[in-house]
Amino acid sequence: MKSAYWFSFIMAIPLLMLGSFSFGDDDDDVLKFWKRQPGVAPVTDPLYKEECGSCHFAYQPGWLPEQSWRDMMSGIDNHFGDNAELSPASHQAILDYLVTNSADKSDHRRSKKIMRSLGSSTAPQRITETGYFKHKHDEIPDRLVENNDKVASLSHCNACHQDAEQGSFSERHITIPGHGKWDD
Amino acid sequence: MKRQSFVIMYSVLLSAMSVSTGSLAYGSVVNDLLAEYQQSGAQTPDPGKARVLWTEKFPDASGGNTRSCASCHTDNLRSSGKHVRTNKPIEPLAPSINRERLTDPGNIEKWFKRNCKWTFGRECSPQEKSDFLSYILAQ
Repeated sequence: MKSAYWFSFIMAIPLLMLGSFSFGDDDDDVLKFWKRQPGVAPVTDPLYKEECGSCHFAYQPGWLPEQSWRDMMSGIDNHFGDNAELSPASHQAILDYLVTNSADKSDHRRSKKIMRSLGSSTAPQRITETGYFKHKHDEIPDRLVENNDKVASLSHCNACHQDAEQGSFSERHITIPGHGKWDD
Repeated sequence: MKRQSFVIMYSVLLSAMSVSTGSLAYGSVVNDLLAEYQQSGAQTPDPGKARVLWTEKFPDASGGNTRSCASCHTDNLRSSGKHVRTNKPIEPLAPSINRERLTDPGNIEKWFKRNCKWTFGRECSPQEKSDFLSYILAQ
């Protein structure tokens, strides 16, 4: 009799927890947690894909905050040493796309993590300089990246992340050229 | 109402014409651009000059490696190139290999502007653009 009492009490715990979630003040936060998407939002804009993706991996806008993209576009005639000038119409359209989909406005998991890792540098120009990126890549030796001809730089996302274009950077889908599957 | 239907018929006719001449698209695009450059002062295009300029090396103002068209496009326009910094593959420029080349005037002007500034540190003159177009077209 006594054990049945305890049993029903233990079984009730999850129900009580659920109750407190659905009636609590932080209802919206809980919903957001469940709704949050993995990775980063994939690129949807064909103009961005064409104009930016013809020279480098089309980095998803959800990797950097709005101010980063604004700064980057205002210096596009010297874009990490390259001239990447656009027609005024394309320039505006791409800036709008980047700003609308920047990391600070995204509900995707990795965008949130990038934002939380920014620290004092609130508008970085390189994804590779964000705290989150550095933390995720700090165990990879140079011989697999910088000194590996087939990778050459951490900026070449899709050299190792097979689903990078889809915005998925799961550890299960990493193959380092000349090395094989990455085992953390 | 009548005028509207005339405009529609006219545009249908025009698009039908452009479809039927699709295979010659790059020729007419280049011809239009050459005419434009001529109006801005260019003389007869000289593919030989462009061929020499293609591999000529120019200093990088910021002190990096010297730069030439061939840095990214290689010295053979029929083969694929590679972006010298990002390693991203670049499709062959030769229209005989890659039919999409020289078919979009906006695209041509955009890359002239970007790449002349990157390579030579300035925009190309109408004459140089004419030379390059005639050189690429013949590949």
